[in-house]
Amino acid sequence: MKDYIKSVLDKKDRLDGRKFDEFRKPIVITNDVSSKAEGSARVKIGDTEVIAGVKMDVGKPYPDSQDKGNLMTGVEFLSVASPEFLPGPPGPQAIELARILDRGIRESKMIDFKKLCITEGELVWNVIVDIYTINDAGNLIDASALAAVSALKNAVLPKLVDDKVQFGDFTKTPVPLTLTPVSCTVYKIGKHLIVDPTKEEEDAADGRLTVAVSESGNIHAMQKGMEAGFTIDEADKAIGMAKKCIEKLRKELK
Amino acid sequence: MAYTKRFDGRKFDEMREMEAKVGIIKRATGSAMFRAGKTVAIAAVYGPRGLFPAFLQNPKGARLKCVYDLLSFSVTERKRPGPSRRSTEINLVTEQALGPVLDLTKFSYMGLDVYVYITQADAGTRCAGINAASLALADAGIPMKELISAIAVGKVSDKIVVDLDKAEEDHEDGATDLPIAMAPRTGELTLLQMDGNMSQEEIKEALEMGKKACDEIKEVQIAALKAKYSEAKK
Repeated sequence: MKDYIKSVLDKKDRLDGRKFDEFRKPIVITNDVSSKAEGSARVKIGDTEVIAGVKMDVGKPYPDSQDKGNLMTGVEFLSVASPEFLPGPPGPQAIELARILDRGIRESKMIDFKKLCITEGELVWNVIVDIYTINDAGNLIDASALAAVSALKNAVLPKLVDDKVQFGDFTKTPVPLTLTPVSCTVYKIGKHLIVDPTKEEEDAADGRLTVAVSESGNIHAMQKGMEAGFTIDEADKAIGMAKKCIEKLRKELK
Repeated sequence: MAYTKRFDGRKFDEMREMEAKVGIIKRATGSAMFRAGKTVAIAAVYGPRGLFPAFLQNPKGARLKCVYDLLSFSVTERKRPGPSRRSTEINLVTEQALGPVLDLTKFSYMGLDVYVYITQADAGTRCAGINAASLALADAGIPMKELISAIAVGKVSDKIVVDLDKAEEDHEDGATDLPIAMAPRTGELTLLQMDGNMSQEEIKEALEMGKKACDEIKEVQIAALKAKYSEAKK
């Protein structure tokens, strides 16, 4: 299968006829898919599907950020999504993905953490974003990143009475946000670079490079994964490809 | 405020003073220490050896497993011992950084374990760990295509720099960390991570600076390997 996928790529084609820098269509983003969550989103890219939810809580600030709220990002590869995902605590791949998403959100300064301070040194909001896979048909990384930022974009704060969170009782105050990071992962198969692989293409891939870009056009997070390396020229080309795709993906976000 | 002079007086493309030594742990199959400024990493290789549970065994070759951790007292505020989400990720990227240059096909069904510990941390620990691990693998006699060298490049305030220390990572204007590892002969980046804020052009420039730095690190690594055998001759 791998050799066949490579031979098709050599002819500048893909199994489903897409261009190398073309995402599957349609990309469907649905907000408010779970009413108990402070914010939530479902993202479908082709047959790939993930849901993300935001829950808020309050707690003591960390010693090195007395006037700032906190972000926690989790990813679980639910067993419903693939025969390869077994039940149990998140493995290294899920933890890696969560940390890639976390870095994109944190480093782009998407969340205005200072505005999440309730009482300096005493009480701050914690933003907890959890992403669950529903169907793995390839490219869970980019689907998860889209879902995480979509869920954050429609998340609101719950009511706070006497420093106690009134869970389930939502205000109309949105979680304070600034820029929006969008991620795109470029996969390397042989010498070819493609985006948004199907599961078959992903299994044939040698390497990948994830890039998170904000409206500023600057890059806020990168992560190379899988066995193969990228030369500097390949990395530069991949970043350029990702930036182009991210411009289009950004339009899908409401 | 522009960053005109580095806190420790280095040039912007200048690395911290480096030191490398192999064979520091006699019990291990191979071992090494790598120091960059105040960051110190030790690494030991055990194996190839039996691998259990059996479902992990691969007829195509040995399974590489890397474990990275900080000693509890290696950082300013005590680090709780044991694995963390951060170390889980670093284990994974360390395996991917080293894997491409190893030839483990002769060691079917076996396991090859690489343990990396940071005894003193002043930023750039995953890179120091990879440098030490690469040396330890060579010291263990594992078939390798070449040595892997790693360095963190990035941006401090408005300047692109090589080998950030902790004070630079904590710069009030913000800093971008871009750790890389390079297989010098193929020119492939086997580790590439980044967090912060840089443009595409700045990243390219930083990567080119990192490539030069990796060439220098490689010389230090080779010297350390040679030193062990010239000592043995005496």
